[in-house]
Order: sequence, then structure tokens, then C-alpha cells
Amino acid sequence: MELTDLTLHEMIRQLREGEITSVALTEASLARIDATDKNLNAFITICRDEAIEAARAADARLAQGDAPMLTGVPVALKDIFITEGIRTTCASKILASFIPPYDGTAVRKLKELGAVIVGKLNMDEFAMGSSNENSAHGPVRNPWNVDRVPGGSSGGSAACVAARQVPASLGTDTGGSIRQPASHCGVVGLKPTYGRVSRYGVVAFASSLDQVGPLARNVRDCGIMLQAVAGYDPADSTSVDTPVPDYLAGLEGGVKGMKIGLPQEYFVSGLDPEVKHAVDQVVEVYRSMGAEVVEVSLPHTRYAVSCYYLIATAEASSNLARYDGVRFGERVDPGKGLKDMYTATRSQGFGDEVKRRIMLGTYALSSGYYDAYYLKAQKVRTLIRNDFLAAFEEVDCILTPVAPTPAFALGDKTADPLQMYLSDIFTLSANLAGICGMSLPCGRAEDGLPIGFQLLGKPFAEADLLRTGYAYEQTQEWHTARPVI
Amino acid sequence: MADKITREEVEHVARLARLEFSPAEVDALTGQMDTILAHVEQLNELDTEGVEPTSHAVTLENAFRPDAVTHSIGVDKALKNAPLHADGCFGVPKVIE
Repeated sequence: MELTDLTLHEMIRQLREGEITSVALTEASLARIDATDKNLNAFITICRDEAIEAARAADARLAQGDAPMLTGVPVALKDIFITEGIRTTCASKILASFIPPYDGTAVRKLKELGAVIVGKLNMDEFAMGSSNENSAHGPVRNPWNVDRVPGGSSGGSAACVAARQVPASLGTDTGGSIRQPASHCGVVGLKPTYGRVSRYGVVAFASSLDQVGPLARNVRDCGIMLQAVAGYDPADSTSVDTPVPDYLAGLEGGVKGMKIGLPQEYFVSGLDPEVKHAVDQVVEVYRSMGAEVVEVSLPHTRYAVSCYYLIATAEASSNLARYDGVRFGERVDPGKGLKDMYTATRSQGFGDEVKRRIMLGTYALSSGYYDAYYLKAQKVRTLIRNDFLAAFEEVDCILTPVAPTPAFALGDKTADPLQMYLSDIFTLSANLAGICGMSLPCGRAEDGLPIGFQLLGKPFAEADLLRTGYAYEQTQEWHTARPVI
Repeated sequence: MADKITREEVEHVARLARLEFSPAEVDALTGQMDTILAHVEQLNELDTEGVEPTSHAVTLENAFRPDAVTHSIGVDKALKNAPLHADGCFGVPKVIE
């Protein structure tokens, strides 16, 4: 067993008991990145010197005996989290040399808790994509099969954990961008309730949908990472001032007597038979542990993709107006005045998918179309949210597939944006409704690719998700499998 | 399928978004946006008369703070990533023609 095979909670324990040092762990993590990342391309920036320095400080702190929770563990961040003094690109040419002047809140919290940040992770440009193929730094590859996508947009965040480059990472999830890559890479990913984690210092894509969350190799480790970053932040006016529970306290409480809902609308044609089979098996496991599994209905599910791609693109077109070559980011100036500078900067700085979404969003918000598209989508969003609130009157949580198929091949869907959007069908409703969701590994397709299932929970019921997921995980070994890379 | 969006509209939206495309790119975008807009047309199957729009899933109230000076990053740091700056200001190409 190598040091990089240790899980996050094992690392934390061994660091505290003096069995290992942070410098050794960090060096092992960096060596693993060096050995594997030529194939995976999970990292955009590796913070070698900063990481070793932080690891030395962590070891000194551990020796003093008052070290906070994450002291000494190597972690990595999606390159959407701004980091003081460390280049943050959002996988875009337009931010190719952006060095942020401050840390975002989640990053600050991780540092205060002693985590060692080893690098910044590849992603779809501005988090727009479901395959990690929309990156100015090239696609991330799936550790289980490098000809397959890792999912997106937090593809690097999932691949680095699956490949054991780091034990845990942070991603963001606007329509499934944590849960879908977690599923495709065979790791655990949690999208908290909207407002649970501060978005301050996270590059904005769609502000009413974006949420920060952890990816790790098991449920407990996800809980540890969520504990680290959750909480109200005055710097994010959409963060919610509700107490953060102890996520690990009830972890082992089991699922006996719990009611789990299966939304009939999620088990329809288009769902890959191997995925369906794997999720059916999960249902049987829960039944055998004493949970009651009942059908529920989320009748507006089939409208979610349309609703989402109007709202997300509208918000994106507004958020991305800030990239104008004036205050930060790259500038392209043809020398013909301000307007031409804006247009040249944006046209050369953004990739194709980002431009497509800016175009759709600008159209949806433009004069004469606002009511028909954006306002209509916001009303349908209400119906989708009400579906969930009604279902949660009947059940404690909802169980679904994460993605309709296992990871597809690189290049498979790049020519057809609508097909790519439709692959998010099972994840994006949770963002529209603002509820929490978690993806866990639950099987392997015939060709060896991981399959995941999703648990959706009531607003701020992350502890329920973790307990429910943990109960399943204890009966399985999917989460301990290691890809050959 | 009826055209949801024309080439001219795509070019107009591009101007609004401060983006420019080659003629071939405009063709491709027109087709892609048309397909996507035709798909989202399904929302019109739903009667949303009287339904309140949701802008945020969590009910938000105005977040006030005391009107007091707090930490800020300062001018030097704020200008550090600017492509062009002078005398503590951002530099831009000529604005008035």
C-alpha cells in the first residue's frame, strides 16, 4: 500500500498519531501527480513549492498538538476557486494569466484548517460542459479508461480523487458538475443545498444555481470536507445563516424505518440497462437494511433541461459580461477603439461552448423574448421546485440514477450541444430546486466503467444524505476499487 | 420545423454580447441555436398562468451590514491584473471618437 492509497480520514488519523508526516504525504501526492497526469490532464497548475512549504508548517503544527482538522492533508481545487497568488484560469484563455489578489472563503477555510493545496484542477471552461472537453487546457481523461470522458464540469476534481492523486477535492455544481463526474469516475461527490457553502471567491457561472461541494473516495471523507467549508458568510449575500450540524455525528445511524422515494420519471427509456440494473440493486440493498422504498412522482422532470438551459445561460451571459479586457484577464486590442477591444477580447478569449451559452442567454434576455423564455423558465422552475417539496412530504430522500449512461467516449457528443445538455437530465433538477444531492459509486458496466446512483435530500438535510449514503457504502466495495493508471 | 432564429438575429445577438463570428460560425450557431430553441419550446405545453417565478430556490432577503469601512484589497492589488493601468486608474482605448 502506498501513502496515496490512504483515504482522507485515514490520513488525518495517521498524521495525528505521528505515523506519517505531511511532507511525506504531500511528496507522495506530487509524485503520483507526476506519474499519472500526463495521461489524465487533471491539473492545470501544480503548486509544488507552496505545497511543500505548507506541509512543513503543518508538520510543525502537528508536533505542537493543537492542529485543526485538516492539518497536513493534500487536497486540490477546481480552477474556479480563486487563490491568492496562484494563477486561476477557469480553464479559459481569457483568464490565462490571472493571479487573484485574495482567497475565496472556501479556500480560506481549508487553509485555516491546515489543508495543503497541491494544485488547481482542470474543468470545462467557466464550468460549462458535461465532459471536460471544453477546456483551454485540453480534456481531462477518465482514470478507468483514458478514451472516455471523466464527466464535467468538475472533471479534474473527480479524476484526481479516482486516480489517488489527492484524497479529496473541491468542485462546483451548477447542473450536476460535481455529481456526474463523481459518478463517471467512481468517487463520491456532494452538492450541498444552495446557500450552504459560500460562493465568495468562486468564479460565477449561473449565480442562482452554482454551489460548492466536495469530492472524495468515500462518504465519511465527503462529510469531513463539507464540514470544513459549510457555513454562513457575510461576503456572500446568498449564503444562508442556518447552523451547520456535526455531519459525522449521525453518520452511523443507519436507514431502518427511513422512507426513500423512487421518482418514476427517472426510470424511463434512454436509461442505459446496465445503469438501471445497478440502481435497482441499490434499491434492494436499502430494502434489506430496513428502509421503505416507495414510488414518488416528479411530474415536471421532462421540462428540467429546457428550464435549466434558459436560466443558466441567461445568468451566464450576464455574469460573463465582466470579461471585457479592462480590469483583469487578457486583452486583445486591434487599435480601433473601445468597442472593438471588447469584441476582440471576448471573441478570442472565450471558447466555443462559452460563446454559445452567452449567445443563448443574451437571446433569452433580449428585448421581446424575455417573457417567452427567461420568465417562462423561472415559472417552470417554481413547478419543478414544488414537485420536490411535495415529494419530500412523503419521503425522507429520493434515489435516482446520476447519468443516463456510463462515461461516453471523448468526441462523442461535441458536435451536438443539445445531446450533451440532455445528458444532465437527472442532475440539474436539484440545482433548480436548490436541494442537496450526492452521487455514490454502485456498480461497474461490462466494460469496467463506474456507475453511480444519486441521493437527493431536503434543503439543508446533508446529514441525512451522508447517513443514508454511508449505510449503503458499508455493505459494498465499489468505493475501494482502484483504477489502473 | 419552423425557424426559431435567423442568421440576422444571431448577428444582432452577437453584437449585443460583444462577440463576433465568421460567416461559417454564424451558420453553425444559427443551426445549433435553432435546435435548442425548438427543444425549449416544450415549456409552452405548461400552463404557468398565476405561477410565481423563482429567481432563487432559497428565499432571499436583503442582506444589510453596518455602514462601516471594512477590509478591502486596495488600489495596488486591484490594478495588478489590469492589462493597462496608469495613475491608479484602469487604462482603456479611446472612448470618444
